[in-house]
Amino acid sequence: MDAEQLGVTELDERSVLTTRRLTLAYDQSLIIEDLNLAIPAGKITVLVGPNGCGKSTLLRGLARLLKPKHGVVYLDRDSIASLSTREVAKQLGILPQSPIAPEGLTVRELVAQGRYPHQGWIQQWSQDDERFTQEALAVTGMTELADRSLDSLSGGQRQRAWIAMTLAQNTEILLLDEPTTFLDLAHQIEVLDLLCELNQTMGRTIVMVLHDLNQACRYADYLVALHQGQIFTNGTPKDVMTEAMVRSVFGLESRVIPDPVAGTPMCVPISRRIRERRC
Amino acid sequence: MRIDRRVPIVLLSLALSILIVMVVSIGYGEYPIPPLTVIQTVLGLPTDNLDYVFVIHTLRLPRVITACMVGMGLAVAGTVMQGLFRNPLAAPDIIGIDAGASLAAVSIIVLFPSLPISLLPLAAFAGAFLAALLIYSLSWNNGSSPIRLILVGVGIGMITSALTTLMITFGNIYDVSQALVWLAGSVYGRSWEHITALVPWLVIFLPLSLLLARDLNTLNLGDDLARGLGNPVEWQRGLLLITCVALAGSSVATAGTIGFVGLMAPHVARQLVGTTHEGLIPTSALVGGLIVSLADLLGRSLFAPIELPCGIVTAAVGAPYFLYLLYRNRNQ
Repeated sequence: MDAEQLGVTELDERSVLTTRRLTLAYDQSLIIEDLNLAIPAGKITVLVGPNGCGKSTLLRGLARLLKPKHGVVYLDRDSIASLSTREVAKQLGILPQSPIAPEGLTVRELVAQGRYPHQGWIQQWSQDDERFTQEALAVTGMTELADRSLDSLSGGQRQRAWIAMTLAQNTEILLLDEPTTFLDLAHQIEVLDLLCELNQTMGRTIVMVLHDLNQACRYADYLVALHQGQIFTNGTPKDVMTEAMVRSVFGLESRVIPDPVAGTPMCVPISRRIRERRC
Repeated sequence: MRIDRRVPIVLLSLALSILIVMVVSIGYGEYPIPPLTVIQTVLGLPTDNLDYVFVIHTLRLPRVITACMVGMGLAVAGTVMQGLFRNPLAAPDIIGIDAGASLAAVSIIVLFPSLPISLLPLAAFAGAFLAALLIYSLSWNNGSSPIRLILVGVGIGMITSALTTLMITFGNIYDVSQALVWLAGSVYGRSWEHITALVPWLVIFLPLSLLLARDLNTLNLGDDLARGLGNPVEWQRGLLLITCVALAGSSVATAGTIGFVGLMAPHVARQLVGTTHEGLIPTSALVGGLIVSLADLLGRSLFAPIELPCGIVTAAVGAPYFLYLLYRNRNQ
């Protein structure tokens, strides 16, 4: 993916989710201000930024969980505010950070809930519902664990179950808020590989918030660095991940070198301890 | 969503148990009637003793039917509320909603003794609804934290109970004695009139709660996920709250505050059929019916000829259970 291909004008035409001068706030405190962002279709977009920069808030705004103070979010060409909750849910799935399932809920029961927007009061459970549930379980490798309760699973398995639920929803767009939090490194990679595969084989558009910059660079087609509620810079990881960006956005001195495995940029922090040659 | 495999057999066993308890309960008393005769009489088959017909149809049958119906109402109200607030301790009897219903109903009994019984459920509904609104608005702060909800609810419950006591202290002695019998949480002396007043509420709101089961499932995952799945959360929450309050209010109006049923029944039901509400709601309804029917039978037989109100029996079992749940949830 070249920088030219991701140029702003072109993005606008192929973007599935676009914000225009979006301002998001909780009560009176502004979190996101005047933000223009275009999420490219069929790509993985990763939002990075320091704590409190508004990543999660932006994600909630994109999913219509938070009403904008000003500005608009467009889902394809429609203003997302003009769509019903159910219509949005048919096109866009969201997985908030560390969701909690009720005690004793089984994986199958959880995943089946992804079919909610496709059901009505009269039509309770269709063949499509069954098929998509089975598929979601299979793709995430959860078929064998389907009848286990969520509390009895490991963190990685649990996260896969939640992802399976959003997959059963069968939406073009998936938004995930820190899908790797509280997972150990192996499980982090397992979840990210799964998402990457969904993007590659099923063409899903994925937007996620990640904390780990190196993972962000590895998995993102399009990287957005947020700083104080605004976009600091966006583009391919190669363009975005620079020592200057890390310094301005995170306030951290670093070296950025090519990742020896993937070739994507890798940020190596320079801590004070090293700089001052202590210890 | 599909229903858990265990549901049909569990429902069947519960229904059978309720029927057995009912038959025993109808047969039991100062004037014992053998079970077979009970069944014959209820079914309208001729028996050799005409007294049976009077004892059963006028005295005992309405009582056991009321017990079962009230139990169902309280249990489903508790199930809906626990799902709605995502809180295993949120039951209408714990967080002061039943107390609100009681206050409204006692006010009617004491202040307007001439009004007909059929108005009691309406008044109780209004009282329960006001209590629910008050609790909801006071404990809501970007989501309702379980502990906050319980504390506010218990507080509201205490205030309303105090007001009820006030009402009783200053009321006309005859009306007060009426209210006292009713407040203890008992199905003593309930007649067909009470049943006719309760039936419409159950007929409307029990099926409604079943229709809303799927929405309740998503709400149980948290507001963001529910909305993300396409649930218009505010609407559904309102509808479910009305359902819960209607069931709790009308049950309380009929039999007073029979405590801890709304708390215990959903937990027992969850052990039996899991957390999915399509199966949980009917199971919980029958568990509630069974609990109150059994509590009434025990209340009548444990210290016979002294009769304990079934509310005391459920409290004796329910209060330790509540403590156990608090203990188990202490780290959340």
